Amino acid sequence: MDKTVNQKAWFLVLPVFLVVAFSAVLPLMTVVNYSMQDTFGNNQFFWNGVGWFKELLDPSTDLGGRFLASLGRNLFFSLVILAIEVPLGIVVALSMPREGWTVAACLIILALPLLIPWNVVGTIWQIFGRPDIGLLGYVLNAIGIDYNYVSNEVDAWVTVIVMDVWHWTSLVALLCYAGLKSIPDAYYQAAQIDGASRWAVFKAIQLPKMNRVLLIAVLLRFMDSFMIYTEPFVVTGGGPGNSTTFVSIELVKIALGQFDLGKAAALSLVYNLIILIVCWIFYTVMTNAGVERKVQTESEPAAEPKPSAALKPVPALKPKEGVA
Amino acid sequence: MHSIPGRRLIMGLFLVFLLLPIYWLVNMSFKTNSEIVSTMTLWPHTPTLQHYKRIFTDESWYSGYINSLEYVVLNTIISISVALPAAYAFSRYRFLGDKHLFFWLLSNRMAPAAVYALPFFNLYSAIGLFDTPWAVALAHCIFNVPLAVWILEGFVSGVPREIDETAFLDGYSFPRFFIKILVPLIASGIGVAAFFCFMFSWVELLLARTLTSVQAKPIAAIMTRTVSAAGMDWGLLAAAGVLTIIPGALVIWFVRNYIARGFALGRV
Amino acid sequence: MARIDLVDLAHSYGGNDAPQESFALKPVTMTWRQGGAYALLGPSGCGKTTLLNVISGIITPSRGKILFDGKDITPLSTQKRNIAQVFQFPVIYDTMTVGQNLAFPLKNRGVPKADIDRRVAEIGRLLDLEPYLNRKATRLTADAKQKISLGRGLVRSDVAAVLFDEPLTVIDPELKWQLRSKLKALHRELDLTMIYVTHDQTEALTFADTVVVMHDGRVVQSGTPAELFDKPAHTFVGYFIGSPGMNILPAEVRGREALIDGHVIALNRSYDNLPAGAKIEIGVRPEFVEVVAPAPGLLTARIERIDDLGRIRFARTRLGDAKLAARAPAGFTSSDGSAGLKFDPSHVHVYADSLLVEGAA
Repeated sequence: MDKTVNQKAWFLVLPVFLVVAFSAVLPLMTVVNYSMQDTFGNNQFFWNGVGWFKELLDPSTDLGGRFLASLGRNLFFSLVILAIEVPLGIVVALSMPREGWTVAACLIILALPLLIPWNVVGTIWQIFGRPDIGLLGYVLNAIGIDYNYVSNEVDAWVTVIVMDVWHWTSLVALLCYAGLKSIPDAYYQAAQIDGASRWAVFKAIQLPKMNRVLLIAVLLRFMDSFMIYTEPFVVTGGGPGNSTTFVSIELVKIALGQFDLGKAAALSLVYNLIILIVCWIFYTVMTNAGVERKVQTESEPAAEPKPSAALKPVPALKPKEGVA
Repeated sequence: MHSIPGRRLIMGLFLVFLLLPIYWLVNMSFKTNSEIVSTMTLWPHTPTLQHYKRIFTDESWYSGYINSLEYVVLNTIISISVALPAAYAFSRYRFLGDKHLFFWLLSNRMAPAAVYALPFFNLYSAIGLFDTPWAVALAHCIFNVPLAVWILEGFVSGVPREIDETAFLDGYSFPRFFIKILVPLIASGIGVAAFFCFMFSWVELLLARTLTSVQAKPIAAIMTRTVSAAGMDWGLLAAAGVLTIIPGALVIWFVRNYIARGFALGRV
Repeated sequence: MARIDLVDLAHSYGGNDAPQESFALKPVTMTWRQGGAYALLGPSGCGKTTLLNVISGIITPSRGKILFDGKDITPLSTQKRNIAQVFQFPVIYDTMTVGQNLAFPLKNRGVPKADIDRRVAEIGRLLDLEPYLNRKATRLTADAKQKISLGRGLVRSDVAAVLFDEPLTVIDPELKWQLRSKLKALHRELDLTMIYVTHDQTEALTFADTVVVMHDGRVVQSGTPAELFDKPAHTFVGYFIGSPGMNILPAEVRGREALIDGHVIALNRSYDNLPAGAKIEIGVRPEFVEVVAPAPGLLTARIERIDDLGRIRFARTRLGDAKLAARAPAGFTSSDGSAGLKFDPSHVHVYADSLLVEGAA
């Protein structure tokens, strides 16, 4: 669909711009301001230039060491949960019942963890994993596994990861399910007639049709896991030691715990920048996928029987000689 | 062909995995604290409603729910109403800086709340909104407005452009077209967007806790009070947790038929 | 390649206990010759796609049997049936090139690579897809995509039959004609049994040597285009095939005469044993009724308009409540809007409860 150029459209966007700018730009300016200064309390600030940034990126300093260590932990965490949640989400989506009341039931239960406040998610797992009063911790210890997420680093990590899988796999699964639902029956019938195996159907039909939603899923999951704060904070408080202290937890410790505004602000900016870059990469990939998809839907009404896009051939790609 | 061998087993196991921790919370909320601490029981042997009674009778508890719902609803209304015209603009027109603006909006959806906690605290204190539902509602706009724009843009793009043109030819003014024709057409999209706004505002705690102290404190923050000098009041904590799940469960129940489509964000 | 027999085949989406009137496919017994070009013709919702899906195995019939060369294959899955099918909308495997798309059905069946390459090249050549064999299939136009779907249907040389489910719906009219001729040529070249579902009579009559007409879940007639035209077995066939369709008029039939409004119309055969209580109608194609100047002894009709189709003119007339189309000979005009009707007795058929009655000589 060709969009018309219309500068007046800015009036329609203005409210959004103002609301978001009020929430994003003003605070960001304070952050930039703080990041260049030092404070000894009493609202007395000293110019510190790029000092905090230098310290932040130098692993030999206290700040830099803490930041880089938490960044490493966070990246590792994001990769692990993506590696678990994406395949698991796909499998769950493929396991959805086809019709009947069970579909609604499964969808409701799947969506449930997504609507639980994040600190309650933490609380649920904090309780569930406790060796004394939690079912999981109790059972694990009863069968001879010495499990204690408060004192053992590995146990703490496992708990935080399993909690995230519990919390967010549904999102991936629901997105994939939506993608699967959009595949017309004819595709499965054609594959059946072409003698495709179950695996070939997945590879040739389901995965390609899901790739767009999967991209959204990976983007959302990467971003949200990269800024995770509440759930691990409630369960482990970042411990034992600093073993589950992720970037956000470190940041809040410095900002609200120590009121080290300059350091916190510098950390915020770098943190935000990383996220901005990753976000931009995803956005570019996704827009490109979107363009490809547009070409596709315009010439393929079967995939998307919308009246607007149906049956428009793509002139530039028309075979030149046609059918003789 | 749609699904895989052993799907019932996989689905069953996964649902058990999802429900078991929730069941444990519900289970604990009906136990007395002495039962919780002394024995491991799979269901409450001496069921009690004392924790729920306490929450419903103590104003400092139940006002937390009201506070939470207040800012969530406020936020949903603000987000949808500012996002609608913008979604239309992004879907139909090209204008100076549109792509950059869209990306900038999306990038805010991804901004870590931890970064904004302190500046928001300063900002809302300065303009006197600190500890009101407005502060939290506005703060949550930073991630909900971009999301709402994104979702709604997908749905508006699904409405054929000819409909706009016909309406304008029929002499509809822009606002009248918008309210009388476009909004009803994308009603399900608005529902989906509202659902997501509700969801993300309801589950967020870091900003909500930072921007409130007494008057507008959300329920999720009040829950931390159960850590007292006398040790943990586990039963009370569990009961409060169960009560925070209920609004979400209700919302899901109402949108259950749109969940699949909703999660595709109108873009599949 | 195989002969296909349908034995008392029926399908109901509501199960066998549902009343037979609600069956999507009412019981049918018939044979599809090996190497034939068949068209399955009927309006939307007449059950033709159901029949096609039953043959291909996508739907398991609730009753009856399907035999391929005398072997019962009813319980077999689609994969094991050796059937190819092309759907209404193009089905393309997005991640594959055009060539890989064509090779897919062969690869899945473990055909040796050399044979695959040879066959893909051949089909690519026949469908004019050669220049695109190494291109991604997603980037092509709808008709190129549909050609790929057709190609996947034709690529296997050993199939029992190739089924087409309204495959040219998405194609531009001009290309449609070309592709249909192409299919016809392919049918001769590849010696495959083809079954072509359509609701468009031109498509059916030009493609097939045998046309199977369905109506309301029932196969009402199967025959060559000429048979369907000359001797419709069911009033529906008469009405559905031909443009304008056959005139159907309620009448009283006695022996060699039909009575309409007290006027006698001569019949070529004698109908003495018509079932009692049945609804009796006569059917006559517009080509075999002529409007002439009103005269005593002729039925008189009111002319509403005259359609000039170039080589022939049809008068649209009204006979009491009934409508009737008739040939208007060159130079015919009517001064007062009324005209006499002259029937050709050898082409007037008698129907009892919509079914053709064969009279005695």
